[in-house]
Amino acid sequence: MEKEAIIRFERVTKEYDGLVVLDDVSFEIERGKFYTLLGPSGCGKTTILRLIAGFTEPTKGTIYFHGKPVNHVPANKRQVNTVFQDYALFPHLNVFENVAFGLRVKKKKRLEIEEKVKQALRFVNLEGYENRSIQEMSGGQRQRVAIARAIVNEPEVLLLDEPLSALDLKLRTEMQYELRELQRRLGITFIFVTHDQEEALAMSDQIFVLNKGKIQQSGTPKEIYDEPVNRFVADFIGESNILRGTMIEDYLVEFAGKRFTCVDKGFRPNEPVDVVIRPEDLEITTRDQGKLQVRVDSQLFRGVHYELCCYDEDGNEWLVHSTKKAEVGEEIGLYFDPEDIHVMRISEDDGEGSDEK
Amino acid sequence: MSCASARMMVRDPMKNSVRNVYLFPYVIWIGLFVVAPILLILYYSFFDIDGNWTLANYKTFFTPIYLKMAASSVWYAFLITFFSLLVAYPTAYWLTKTKHKQLWLLLMILPTWVNLLLKVYAFLGIFGTYGLANAILETIGIGTKQILFTDFSFVFVSVYIFIPFMILPIFNSLEELNPSLIDAARDLGASAWTTFRRVVFPLTLDGVKAGCQAVFIPSLSLFMITRLIAGNRVITLGTAIEQHFLVTQNWGMGSTIAVFLIIAMAIVVIATGNRK
Repeated sequence: MEKEAIIRFERVTKEYDGLVVLDDVSFEIERGKFYTLLGPSGCGKTTILRLIAGFTEPTKGTIYFHGKPVNHVPANKRQVNTVFQDYALFPHLNVFENVAFGLRVKKKKRLEIEEKVKQALRFVNLEGYENRSIQEMSGGQRQRVAIARAIVNEPEVLLLDEPLSALDLKLRTEMQYELRELQRRLGITFIFVTHDQEEALAMSDQIFVLNKGKIQQSGTPKEIYDEPVNRFVADFIGESNILRGTMIEDYLVEFAGKRFTCVDKGFRPNEPVDVVIRPEDLEITTRDQGKLQVRVDSQLFRGVHYELCCYDEDGNEWLVHSTKKAEVGEEIGLYFDPEDIHVMRISEDDGEGSDEK
Repeated sequence: MSCASARMMVRDPMKNSVRNVYLFPYVIWIGLFVVAPILLILYYSFFDIDGNWTLANYKTFFTPIYLKMAASSVWYAFLITFFSLLVAYPTAYWLTKTKHKQLWLLLMILPTWVNLLLKVYAFLGIFGTYGLANAILETIGIGTKQILFTDFSFVFVSVYIFIPFMILPIFNSLEELNPSLIDAARDLGASAWTTFRRVVFPLTLDGVKAGCQAVFIPSLSLFMITRLIAGNRVITLGTAIEQHFLVTQNWGMGSTIAVFLIIAMAIVVIATGNRK
């Protein structure tokens, strides 16, 4: 029961006027997990959401709910509910009636509706707001109403379309905690769409990173952050230094004109690769102690750390996050452990073409 | 922007008076051609046909003849509004979904630029005994019918004339409707019909009200179409006013009816008013 797939996409393609927005995508969604669809705008993440919700039908491929194909099942017949990006609250109805909408449509009894709406509002900390009009509610409160309106229908899957993007930073961080907490309490599947990688890393059990209508990588936040499969993922998730290099042999990689031991293996001898080192994994030392020698070009104070932009002799840019201060123009050494080097196959998108996997 | 300028007007009395200068021509216009005529009508309504001061006109209005006339005015105006709405709403809805919105909209507005009298005369031809409508009825085997000078033809032609004024405000309110609200309703389990009834229609009610005003009020005082198309079978308040002013020369009685017509219009505006 635990591992049962609720939703399954099988080779789903979606075209709008001949434009492919989702390209042969397959994946499974399990019960009770927090999923995030992450990617830049136009990557197809919202399209996946609309396909699950039933607002649009796939051009090719099949979507399964509990093993049954649902391509042609309209939105109002699906056991999923959506929290819209602009909340889409009904302006002519008050808070209570907005939340009650789904129950009223299903012709539930008056007492049941009252009880469930109250309960849903309690869930999102909006008790006592029943008779307010939507116009009287702040952005954060509207967000909660939208969530209450969705969960009151007890969906198996809750779809959230960039629901936090309209909130200010502090409220957004608060809501991240609340949403995660809500998902745990309800125990239902959340599918969350965002372009904010920090949000995705903080909240999800499982992340799908999308670009150009394809799933680039799926995995836990830690897997995605530590083991990005290609340049796009490494670049999109967190900040990274990405360099072209050559895998000389197992556990030995060459980049920036030097050879380094690493923990990666399984490449062809002398295969060209992309090498990633996260800025926070680079440590500042003296010129002699560093594995790499760079000159500090600029320095920004970011609060938790200094952000240094450095260049090595070959002109490669190195981004360093350090709690230690450096002097602009100073020549420093950068130290890192073999585990900090992450080697990736060069992806097809870069035009070089990767070999058979 | 408008908020800022509004605040500025309050703060700066000089600017305010300058702005009022621009309003001046329109105020004169309103005074001469709206306020003064209404006052004149009110004034004339208290005189009988020989120019003596009297309240008799008002008494006369409350006799069965005029009350029946008033009732039939309201009834026909209601029918015209009702059928206009019935045709206009789906049309406006369809219009928001089409590709060439502006073109279709233009085609629908175009007839309003043609003189009313011309359009009415055109229908005299179409609905006449040897007109197109009867030719079609003849061909499909129903046979020639009396179409002209019936309630049907009166309402039909009126609806034809007023329908653009109903379509436009409804179209505008449908265009303003946030499409994700429709998605939301569907998402919450509402069928297409329920979505329309509980979300789309309530949120476009302002457009419907505006359209009803634009059709109902002028329909109350129609007289040319009643004369030409309905052949004076339909006597409305509009016809009565025309008769009193131009035929019987009883300006007092004509004015009294006009006073009631103005009151009726005011009631309609207030009743369909309070827009958000």
